Amino acid sequence: MTSSVMDVRNELVRAPDRKLAVAPSTPRLRPLIVPIILLALWEIAAHTGLADPRFLPTLEAIAVRGVKEFAEDGLTSDLTASLARDLLGFVVGASVGVALGLALGFSRLLERLLSPLLLAHRQIALFAWVPLISMWFGGGEAGKLVFIALAAFQPALTNTWQGVAGIPKIYRELSRVLTYDGWDFAVVIALPGALPGIFTGLHAALIYAWTSTVGAELLLDIAPGIGGRMNEGQHLFHIDLLFLCVFLLGLIGMVFNLIAGAAERRLLRWRRS
Amino acid sequence: MFSGPIAGAIEYAGRATNVPRRIGCGLGRIGGLAQGLIVPASLLMAWSVWARLGWLPEQILPPPSEVFGAMRDTIDDGTLLSSTLTSLRRVAEGFFAGAVFGLAFGFVTGASRLAESLFAPLFLTLSQVPTLGWIPILVLFVGIDELLKILVIGWAAFIPVALNTAQGVRDVPRTYLELGRVLSLSRLSTLRSIILPSAVPSIFTGLREGLANSWQTLVAVELIASFEGLGYLMAYGRQLFQLELVLVAMIVVGLIGLSIHLLLSLIESHLQRWNPRGQS
Repeated sequence: MTSSVMDVRNELVRAPDRKLAVAPSTPRLRPLIVPIILLALWEIAAHTGLADPRFLPTLEAIAVRGVKEFAEDGLTSDLTASLARDLLGFVVGASVGVALGLALGFSRLLERLLSPLLLAHRQIALFAWVPLISMWFGGGEAGKLVFIALAAFQPALTNTWQGVAGIPKIYRELSRVLTYDGWDFAVVIALPGALPGIFTGLHAALIYAWTSTVGAELLLDIAPGIGGRMNEGQHLFHIDLLFLCVFLLGLIGMVFNLIAGAAERRLLRWRRS
Repeated sequence: MFSGPIAGAIEYAGRATNVPRRIGCGLGRIGGLAQGLIVPASLLMAWSVWARLGWLPEQILPPPSEVFGAMRDTIDDGTLLSSTLTSLRRVAEGFFAGAVFGLAFGFVTGASRLAESLFAPLFLTLSQVPTLGWIPILVLFVGIDELLKILVIGWAAFIPVALNTAQGVRDVPRTYLELGRVLSLSRLSTLRSIILPSAVPSIFTGLREGLANSWQTLVAVELIASFEGLGYLMAYGRQLFQLELVLVAMIVVGLIGLSIHLLLSLIESHLQRWNPRGQS
């Protein structure tokens, strides 16, 4: 291969968000081989009695449970409850995080004052806040929301702050040459410059919020929600319900990732050109 | 990183856990440090004054003296040390298991297109489930003993290690590999003298994220199911409404988190010294 062809190829392989990134020679169905084999083994084991059906229900059984749950409005309301909790916490935590991140990025004084406190806060594992939050806000809805917001807050803050801090020095100098005031600098230079960081932060916050929603529902008071159903499934040994819930958790996580990725690409398209 | 939009998303989510370098540097400056102490010091002062004036109910925030008392008590009777050691052992075991498998998986999927197309999509799909979501199922399968903790903590470490190792191996510059072929290096020497050194920064990123994830997950899994460890100490303190015990455990969790962070920064700067390209 000539070097220019190599370059193009490398370029394609690097771009993480292009379909072409999958090697052109890869047959499209190949990723399905292993999952299909595993699912087939699962079916065989469940049907022949090789595996205890209490632990490994047949796939039909899980599907039937799913249809029943959604038809009888069992899981539908739980799903809605979890998502509402998740998104509300995300919106609150992420907005505070982005706002504080921008403030820290703009003000040296604020940064010096607060960064040790925020650094210390970062070191405490997120879930270590759960007992404290549950004592302060209770284990009910308020406690869960505070915890989810806290989870979304951290990545939104960190990445926004980093985004503003990462604006090239030349731009800052340019704004001084053009005698921009603080507001012009913020609107024309800082915000667009920090946008990729902010989106990265929001994306991560979305994922963190979802993880912590599951954690809050498992750790705090039992309430309607996927986590509550998983507690129920564990205590009643309803393994079909558990597999169903895990499937839903993964599905929602994936949807969040896809939405956030698509939004990022669309909103940041102007940077590519 | 693995190809596809999801992989990109995971990459972002993973990257976001990195501390901005600027914070670390900012802390290094002595003047900044003094200014930085203003807010924590005034908070501490407000806390003790309010507690002394009786404005803070003990269920909300016990006075600092009581927190220090609880710390002294738990140090004296050995609970704090034994809880800390239990937690550290669990993290070490889980992280080690996850990292070993993650490195192996990352190497294979990074080096072989076939392996990547067979296993990466399945792995990426499974990694979309929040780690904690596996706990209720795993409890039924393996009980709530040590195996549960190792599996959950290990999986939390496995994901970033595998992703970043695969990326590092895949991104070895082609020219280096061609040079290796020109020099007719054996497979083993290619691995040792070309692939490994070139992939080290990325692998290290993976290990660092993996360790951070392990630590996060440890606290969660100890809160959910355990009878010893720092997470258990917190859950216990909460049940007895002994907030000072909860705060002591939080302080230790924070200190260990900080030590992990500092240790890794130290190792990283050491690694970067010989690597001319620097961290990606």
